[in-house]
Amino acid sequence: MIAHAIFFYVFSIIAVVSAIMVTASKNTVHSVFFLILDFISISCLFIMIGAEFLGMIMLIVYVGAVAVLFLFVVMMLNVAQQKNQWFISKDSSKHIPIGLLISVIIFFELIIVIGGWKYKPELFNSENQNIINSVSNTHSLGQVLYTDYIHIFQISGMILLVAMIGAIVLTFRQREGVKKQSYIKQISRERAEGVEVLNVASNKGVKIDD
Amino acid sequence: MEYLNIIFQEVYKILFLLIPVLVSVAMIVWLDRRVWAFVQKRQGPNVVGPFGLLQSLADALKYIFKEIIIPASSNKIIFILAPIITMTLAMIAWAVIPFGEDQVLANINVGILYIFAVSSLGVYGIIMGGWASNSKYPFLGSIRSAAQMVSYEVSIGIIIINVLLCVGSLNLSDIVIAQKNMWFIIPLFPMFVIFFISALAETNRPPFDLPEAEAELVAGYQTEYSGMMYAMFWLGEYANILLMCALGSILFLGGWLSPIDLYPFNLIPGAIWLILKILLLFILFALVKAIVPRYRYDQLMRLGWKIFLPLSLTYVVLTASYLFYFNLLPTN
Repeated sequence: MIAHAIFFYVFSIIAVVSAIMVTASKNTVHSVFFLILDFISISCLFIMIGAEFLGMIMLIVYVGAVAVLFLFVVMMLNVAQQKNQWFISKDSSKHIPIGLLISVIIFFELIIVIGGWKYKPELFNSENQNIINSVSNTHSLGQVLYTDYIHIFQISGMILLVAMIGAIVLTFRQREGVKKQSYIKQISRERAEGVEVLNVASNKGVKIDD
Repeated sequence: MEYLNIIFQEVYKILFLLIPVLVSVAMIVWLDRRVWAFVQKRQGPNVVGPFGLLQSLADALKYIFKEIIIPASSNKIIFILAPIITMTLAMIAWAVIPFGEDQVLANINVGILYIFAVSSLGVYGIIMGGWASNSKYPFLGSIRSAAQMVSYEVSIGIIIINVLLCVGSLNLSDIVIAQKNMWFIIPLFPMFVIFFISALAETNRPPFDLPEAEAELVAGYQTEYSGMMYAMFWLGEYANILLMCALGSILFLGGWLSPIDLYPFNLIPGAIWLILKILLLFILFALVKAIVPRYRYDQLMRLGWKIFLPLSLTYVVLTASYLFYFNLLPTN
């Protein structure tokens, strides 16, 4: 049990410190790297409590895909410059009330969770949820997602799909004068239409493109 | 004292796996260059040691004694971290590869997911290297590579789902045991082909080596690296290639199982069969490098998203409906 406790404290200290560093570090790329470190240590914690499927999926989805896109965006945009402009401009004051509201809501949610955990521990007791230990983690998750709550799962998938299409439609714009390569044209090109043998008269030359 | 004993035992086991992997990485580089040379009617490395076998060792020694140059305008910590991460990730994935019935370092329930997660983390070594170099060519190379690896991971994931449908378990040993009667390459042959091509793209091998296309990007994300740090990228890359070959032979070629379950073949230990299968796949990798010209970048993306993804998704539906209709779905 001592080894277990040591590992738990190591991972959770890394998780908390890197979560603080995400907001504290000045370089935006560094904060994305700290976010990745945070994801990794949290997935280690998931694996430690026996939720190995969840931990691995967390690694694959968040670290392997989402954080890569984050990193892309942060590296491509000149975030530091935009941040400075944003703080100087007058428009920024409009966003402050919304930000305050959201942070107050998150703060109260945290208070409710921690207070409930402290004063009503039976609310969070997982033993009365009859978890069968003989079935592996992956099997029981599959059972819940694809058998017990299949319709809800499908509906949430549809909502995600609609959101994705919406985002694509919002950012899609048809630009004029863009050169595109049609691969069917390229592949189906043959010698007869590509090469033409001309009898060039001397001192006259030949006009190639008109 | 008890803890110490356990730790020493585990370290011994890990070294027993890791040192052969490292040595075989060096040998595989030699094999790659030899195959490449033979296709082009050259000799390849044949001077150092018998058949030139020690060439990689000589190269590694040369890298060790060279100076490590860190560019002044680079982000030093991340610049040094990048090759270390690439190398570590390429090594830790070997922990779950089964070499026999119970010859595996960590027999975890979600082995295939673990390998998939580790290989999807591999992109960070490249992005970090490219960004920290603070130079144009490495950055372009790393961005190309990240986009490429993320795209081809999707199709590899769906191909893995095909295999998992037939097995009913995420454990790598279970996947091999499920192929006792028939290797998955027979019913899932189209998926094997797509897996092979995606593995080429995932490991940045030719014809998909656009991240380090020397004609346009010098050496891609490795441009600013030198000495031992370059060697670590190089080792990590080849260890990843070997890992992909191992994964291919476990998923489709029956892992440690012998091709014919008869008397003389049974005696050969499973590890040797697995190594032979890995070598077979690797020689295919090397041949592809020698005979196929490099892809254009937009065509690479088109191949990944518009051809492989729909094809493998269709095959998932096909496999699932076949298994469901004939009541062959694995139950446990």
